[in-house]
Amino acid sequence: MIFKFPKLKRGFLFAAPYLAGLLSMAFSYADPGVIGWFMWYGGIALMVVVTFAKILPKIIPQKVREKTIDIFIIATGYSSIVAIFLIFFFIFKEGFTAFVDIPLADLFGGKIWQPNSIVPKYGLLPLINGTLLVTGLTAVISVPIGVGTAVYISEVAGRREKEIIKPAIELLAGIPSVIYGLLGMVILGDLIPAITGTPFRLNALNGAIVLSVMLMPTIASIAEDAIHNVPRTYRTAAAAMGATRFERITRVILPAAASGIAAAVLLSVARTLGETMAVLLATGNAAQLTANPLASVRTMTANIAIEMGEVPFGSTHYHALFAIGVVLFTITFLVNFAADTVLTRFAKKVGKE
Amino acid sequence: MTTVDIASLRPKKSRFVVNAVAKWVFRAMAYLIVAVLAGIIGYVFYRGVGVLSLSFLIEPPRHGMTEGGISTCIYGTLALLILTTAIAVPLGVGAAVYLNEYAGHTRRARAVRAAVNNLAGVPSIVFGLFGLGFFVIFLQIGASLLAASLTLSVMILPIIIVATQEALKGIPNYFREASYALGATRWQTTSRTVLPLSVSGIITGVILSVGRVAGETAPLLFTGAAFYLPYIPEHPKRQFMELSYHIFAMATQSIDIRKTMPITFGTTFVLLALVFGFNLIGIIYRMRERSKRESW
Repeated sequence: MIFKFPKLKRGFLFAAPYLAGLLSMAFSYADPGVIGWFMWYGGIALMVVVTFAKILPKIIPQKVREKTIDIFIIATGYSSIVAIFLIFFFIFKEGFTAFVDIPLADLFGGKIWQPNSIVPKYGLLPLINGTLLVTGLTAVISVPIGVGTAVYISEVAGRREKEIIKPAIELLAGIPSVIYGLLGMVILGDLIPAITGTPFRLNALNGAIVLSVMLMPTIASIAEDAIHNVPRTYRTAAAAMGATRFERITRVILPAAASGIAAAVLLSVARTLGETMAVLLATGNAAQLTANPLASVRTMTANIAIEMGEVPFGSTHYHALFAIGVVLFTITFLVNFAADTVLTRFAKKVGKE
Repeated sequence: MTTVDIASLRPKKSRFVVNAVAKWVFRAMAYLIVAVLAGIIGYVFYRGVGVLSLSFLIEPPRHGMTEGGISTCIYGTLALLILTTAIAVPLGVGAAVYLNEYAGHTRRARAVRAAVNNLAGVPSIVFGLFGLGFFVIFLQIGASLLAASLTLSVMILPIIIVATQEALKGIPNYFREASYALGATRWQTTSRTVLPLSVSGIITGVILSVGRVAGETAPLLFTGAAFYLPYIPEHPKRQFMELSYHIFAMATQSIDIRKTMPITFGTTFVLLALVFGFNLIGIIYRMRERSKRESW
């Protein structure tokens, strides 16, 4: 209504931010905690920023102003480079001591992880074994189903089916991993012993099933992208030669999309390697060397999560945990890099057609 | 010259049988995912809805967390998300603007893109270690809401950058060209044409990104989430309780699992509702956004 009167409108637009700031400051008294704190200082910050935004353009020449803004934007652009270097630096800085203090042969060849015994043993093999076992099982379960789903969505499903399946996949991807872990612990923890007769409620298979459900959305959506990018001409040509839909899928579309699907698998493997909360809750966390999927295992990530809370700051154990972080960082970096390379190549190949 | 057996050229029946069976196998896989989602929602609802009440939402935990509600956890989660958003969104949007409007395809831009990709692939527990080593110890912030938010901000940064870039890419180039043709500078074009047009897309991206990290636990383990704290943090430098960490703590370190299991599932229900709330708002907003785009 007031927008019919230009002067009122201008006055309103001028006053609105200040009003909002004051309101926020006033309402901050409703909450004694940190959100009230945010409202108080947020209100002040809003008013200060708005005032500067009104005054500064009038005193600073446009060229200087734009230059400053450009510098600010370029700085934010570089923030992720800074972040990745800081992560790299601080993980390595804290982990490096462990690589010096613990002989590498013990670290990567030791079969026992017992940092709290009188003679501490820092053998990473049981943890690496746990991570690999869970990751392998997860891939075996989730890849066929994920790719199958991707094929179904892009090649078979009608429009209305897609409208059900795609949001479902998206929602599934949004469920926090701690909830997956809890459900694995409670539901699968009863089911798996009942079916297989293993005495361990929490084991590698449990973690792998939980992670498979978690990662299927990732595989399905990336693989679907890859299948979607296969040129239409391939499909029509195959159909023209009398191939059934199944033959089209297995002999033409999947081979053509193979590298994209490989990237999907690699990315999901990278995520499995780095996943913490779900495996922490579902795998039982016994650091042992085993290939039995029904045995309880401890992954590298879970080990960091379990022990970091109790470890004395600056001890060899503390640095050893960071060293595990270094190993994790390096492995996931390599796997992600491989996935990226495969994807770029796939994009180039498809682009040429 | 060999004679051709006409019968061998005729399509084999079995091919069509395989085709029909395969269709149902693929369908079963796809619907398995839907069924799992429905199962998860149903199970959490079934186990959690019983404990849910107003007092559960507005009371702090009592008696070593075997009784009482989860108000401090909800409060901590909200505070964490507010502070994280306040830190990460300006950085992320700025970086996306840099990548999309300023950098083009230069070598530097490629370096930034590579960094964003790598950052997105770093495991969440490594972010936790980084937060501990850098924010908590090196910068001496201490285990606190601030340290946890900063850690989570670094983690959410690539997600926001990618989401914002999607929104910026959706703006047709002729808007930019028209702006430049009128003599506008790069910043004028960005701030008066590109950003206003893409603002709802950016908000969608931010909502979905925040929804994705709302349940992250691993980065908070060593950076400030408290096991048991019956009052709310009054300052960003205090420790805090958080929903997902609460679930983890109750599931693994409960003093009386039979008494606390209902509380755990009540908390799970609340967290799931929060995350789905974010996701649904984001998805619905995005659908409206798309229908608007079609008129361009």
